Amino acid sequence: MIRAVFAAAFSMLVASPLWAAVDIQEVTSPGGIEAWLVEENSIPFVALEIRFLGGASLDPDGKRGVTNLMTGLIEEGAGDIDARAFAAARDGLAASFDFDVYDDALSVSARFLNENRDEAIALLREALVNPRFDQDAVERVRGQVLSGIRNDVTDPNEIASRAFDAMAYGNHPYGSSKDGTLESVTALTRDDVVAANKAVLARDRVFVGATGDISAEELGQLLDTLLGDLPETGAPLPSRVDLQLTGGITLIPFDTPQSVAMFGHSGIARDDPDFFVAFVANEIFGGSGRQSRLSDEVREKRGLTYGVGSYLVNYENADMLLGQVASANDRMAEAIDVIKDEWAKIATEGVTAKELDEAKTYLTGAYPLRFDGNGPIARIMVGMQTLGLTPDYITSRNERVNAVTLEDIRRVAKLWYRPEDLRFVVVGQPEGLEAID
Amino acid sequence: MRRILAALLPGLMIFAGPLRAAEVVTFTLDNGMEVLVLEDHRAPVVVQTVWYRVGAADEPEGKSGIAHYLEHLMFKATDELESGEFSNTVARNGGSDNAFTSYDYTAYFQRIASDRLELMMQMEASRVDGLQLVEADIASERDVVIEERNQRTENDAGALFAEQRSAAQYLNHPYGIPIIGWKHEAEALALDDAVSFYKQHYGPNNAILIVAGDVVPDEVRALAEKYYGVIPPNPNIKTRNRVAEPPQLAERRLKYEDARVGQPYVIRTYLAPERDPGAQQEAAALTLLAEVLGGSGTTSVLAEKLQFDDAKAIYASAFYSGMSLDVTTFGLVMIPVEGVTLAEAESALDNSVAEFIEEGVDSEDLDRIKLQLRASEIYALDNINSLARTYGAALTSGLTVQDVDDWLGILEAVTEEDIIAAAKRVFDKRRSVTGWVMPEGTEEVMQ
Repeated sequence: MIRAVFAAAFSMLVASPLWAAVDIQEVTSPGGIEAWLVEENSIPFVALEIRFLGGASLDPDGKRGVTNLMTGLIEEGAGDIDARAFAAARDGLAASFDFDVYDDALSVSARFLNENRDEAIALLREALVNPRFDQDAVERVRGQVLSGIRNDVTDPNEIASRAFDAMAYGNHPYGSSKDGTLESVTALTRDDVVAANKAVLARDRVFVGATGDISAEELGQLLDTLLGDLPETGAPLPSRVDLQLTGGITLIPFDTPQSVAMFGHSGIARDDPDFFVAFVANEIFGGSGRQSRLSDEVREKRGLTYGVGSYLVNYENADMLLGQVASANDRMAEAIDVIKDEWAKIATEGVTAKELDEAKTYLTGAYPLRFDGNGPIARIMVGMQTLGLTPDYITSRNERVNAVTLEDIRRVAKLWYRPEDLRFVVVGQPEGLEAID
Repeated sequence: MRRILAALLPGLMIFAGPLRAAEVVTFTLDNGMEVLVLEDHRAPVVVQTVWYRVGAADEPEGKSGIAHYLEHLMFKATDELESGEFSNTVARNGGSDNAFTSYDYTAYFQRIASDRLELMMQMEASRVDGLQLVEADIASERDVVIEERNQRTENDAGALFAEQRSAAQYLNHPYGIPIIGWKHEAEALALDDAVSFYKQHYGPNNAILIVAGDVVPDEVRALAEKYYGVIPPNPNIKTRNRVAEPPQLAERRLKYEDARVGQPYVIRTYLAPERDPGAQQEAAALTLLAEVLGGSGTTSVLAEKLQFDDAKAIYASAFYSGMSLDVTTFGLVMIPVEGVTLAEAESALDNSVAEFIEEGVDSEDLDRIKLQLRASEIYALDNINSLARTYGAALTSGLTVQDVDDWLGILEAVTEEDIIAAAKRVFDKRRSVTGWVMPEGTEEVMQ
């Protein structure tokens, strides 16, 4: 009975072209700043997403953590108002500005009401163009960052990812935490913060997406007000990683009942012609959206974990296939054996026709559901721009998924699932698990 | 700062979620199942959620964790579906699904293209009374639940302490028992326990269906009658009548040391009233008290007094959520700067609160907070799922749709005096638990 309805629903899968509603306009401001816009007039506010490439990877040698500290300080006083006056002004407009920094980018996510848009933009402009970096604010935010670092050094997941990153990326900025260390952050000065601000927030690396109740012309003027006075250029963007990862198992003893593991090896590049093949293959292997092979074998059949998955991770300067799992100390060895076996199995056998069909229907059906709100749409548009995609990607993306064949996956899985190169970093007290260099 | 807070206080809700924003259509099926429909036609997406009025606080003695374990088992076989078929079918249709268990409710949801709503209803209806559990399914899933507990709690010093703190806060009420279950009890849960809990509490007459998104109410009504309307009511369902707290007369003080604590902190919770149907004023005053004291990391009273004026804190805040069937808590937390002991931190925190009660609420602060409340109505329109979730949590916490719709107006009507009066009532140390959380081997002595 249920299967009959399922079949009917299945055939209608292409009948909901949500992306038809995502009508992207490419806007260039009078001052030459480019942005993508989706006009959505039903709710009187705008979501604005701004991303500066480079992010924490622009930390100068010996100043690890400075971009992160600077990001935390952007909103702590600007122009002629201090941190508290700035926050009161922002809240008094019911606007929100979020500043985040990642390995590859610094992002600004803003939302503001139509009724006071000009005031909100004027305030945000002060933060972006005229941040004060008052010494007392530097000390206060430094204290917060150091507190976070103190927490992380006793967190098994953080310990695992830091060790893995150090092994994989060595001296490249990806090889250490963007937060910095207790020592490096303690040594940072206000001058360092000012320099980082100039290095990171520049017009030659900015991408913008806007969604909401605003016209292209209004957006153009807004962009010139907001970003027009930023420096034209910033610090040179970082170089490619010289990946140093080798296969094996690294053990880091830590007194906790459940071991956590990060694992992976190098992965396929985002602009590789086979990227979509690898993407679909990984959805079947370790994806989060459906019952993946890893989840089926490690969680469902054996109850070894609450969650296991694998991910294609495409940094600007490194491409990885990564995964993670957590399992009680007396069961982690078995979980790792199962993962290794599955890694070898997909490399030699590929996937089945049923798995491929199911993954395609999931991926193509789930894609339009991502466009569910002004903020998410603005973020997706910025992500597309940083990848060098064009707006028509949205309508062609599902065709690329559907074009993947069993033979493609057999060929690509052999290249991109390499059990001999797989490195596990395990934190905990796993029983019966030996380190392999 | 959100990061630090999340690290220390997993699962904490700072603010009360979105307020009323969309029109809600409600009706009740003949078998007692309540239905809410929230329309949002901007995208062809629908979320179906079924909420049961049963949660971890309704478990039999000695069976802690059974409500949550059963939630996991609800994805196994029913009389119409094979084990795992539910989620696989959702995924094959491009949707996502999940479930969550709280003290007061258990809820199941799917998010999917709106033309698949019928299939979702058909499948969801089959597990309202058709769950078919077998021994083979349940053993490995119990291991999964234990690994979930390992991940969420055993591996996290802050989460372990939060369990101890709740256990100390509630002398009699089951809110003192962890939702995921005490480990020794969760490990021993058996097939019979799950089946009897299911038969006791699941049925259309204990469920609320909420459909939000690109749907029209008439269509939802027709489908709901077709799939859910035919399920007979469960005669075992009884009105919830939980044990109450006795008068709390003795302040409790806890010290927790764990080598995995990187950053020491002090936290205190006070027993506090929840939102009740037709009587939400006190909860509204407490909600605004938490906002005034700790809502902003920069301009709130505790931030001003402890992070700026006399920088003793890296972080200081207050938290409260009135969405609860029974008596809840109001909390204060402070992370001291290096060199400030937990004793000094606690005393600075106490002094700040005492000063605040003396000085009263700054009317500009309150105006700003109320303006943000009004704006949240506009922003909430952009996130219908979150709004649907607010209704579900409210209706399973004893409130009505009317109470949810009245909430913003009640918040708006709260005065500066109301907030101070509520503060004086709630900050009674006899009903409090104070916790010091610190790395192993810390020498400091608790008073």
